[in-house]
Amino acid sequence: MTVPIRYRFAVNVVPRAGILDPQGRAVEGSLVHLGLAGISEIRVGRRVELTVEADTEDDARRTVDRLAGELLANPLIEAYAIELLGAIAPLAEAGR
Amino acid sequence: MTVRIGVVVFPGSNCDADTLHALTIVGAEAVPLWHESVDLGGAAAVVLPGGFAYGDYLRAGVIARFSPVMRSVAAFASGGGLVLGICNGFQVLAEAGLVPGALLRNRGLRFLGRDVHVVPERLDTPFTRALPDRRPLRLPIAHGEGAYFADEASLDAIEAAGGVLFRYATADGRAVAADDREANPNGSLRAIAGVVAPNGNVAGLMPHPERATEAVLGSDDGRLLLRSLVEAAAERASGAAVAVGAR
Repeated sequence: MTVPIRYRFAVNVVPRAGILDPQGRAVEGSLVHLGLAGISEIRVGRRVELTVEADTEDDARRTVDRLAGELLANPLIEAYAIELLGAIAPLAEAGR
Repeated sequence: MTVRIGVVVFPGSNCDADTLHALTIVGAEAVPLWHESVDLGGAAAVVLPGGFAYGDYLRAGVIARFSPVMRSVAAFASGGGLVLGICNGFQVLAEAGLVPGALLRNRGLRFLGRDVHVVPERLDTPFTRALPDRRPLRLPIAHGEGAYFADEASLDAIEAAGGVLFRYATADGRAVAADDREANPNGSLRAIAGVVAPNGNVAGLMPHPERATEAVLGSDDGRLLLRSLVEAAAERASGAAVAVGAR
């Protein structure tokens, strides 16, 4: 019997290229107060971390991809990237 | 017979009571529909009211899209049922893909609560049929994420299909550029304030008609929109043939 593995992912959602990002603009506007130079094109997005139980990493990625495409990001206005943070074999398995 | 119109109540809806009241003023039997219910209560049309459904966490409207009532609303809409989304309701419809496009954060980042003027592009829809002409309507907006967005190709397709229902305009009804901060304060592309889906039975708009239904509120222009919906719903409920585009 296969025991599911727990995969930890991060989904990074950012406004798509060409979409006005007023939050990024606002952050950029504050740079002058910091006295920092050479910073531009700030885009503010969102990071969502989650754990998925699956038999394989591919299965887990498919689940995360569906979640990201249907809920976490709106493909009309946002792009997303999925990042694997780690995998944890269940304790029961490890103890065997 | 009084026609029954359902108003969905999401956790976070805050214009539901106003919308129920305003629909009653224009002659409907307005009934609340709880977001966890899949029963539309025999409503001849459904309104998604303004507010902050599910706290607007993640993105405005997206979590509401997955509520049980929205499965029924989507089925109702695909069967030709009349659905109107106002403000947050528009955001929910856009996230559900029932109307085209998306609503982005206002260009100036600030929440906007003020009156605007909008000009109807079409007078032949179930949402605008009681409007006598293309005179501008004075309606309030109250939103943080109301900048209408679709990519250029989609905007062209929406325009070609007659999908623009309202545009922000000057008080005397003149068209404005998208960057006109006075007339189009949220930065909506092509100054689009409301859209109607290709089948003509689902519409979303950012201004609040229900907040402009009595002269004491400063404007009763919104009454014409709600009366349109009630009339169209009544015709459908009575089985009369309704041809969208017949007027």
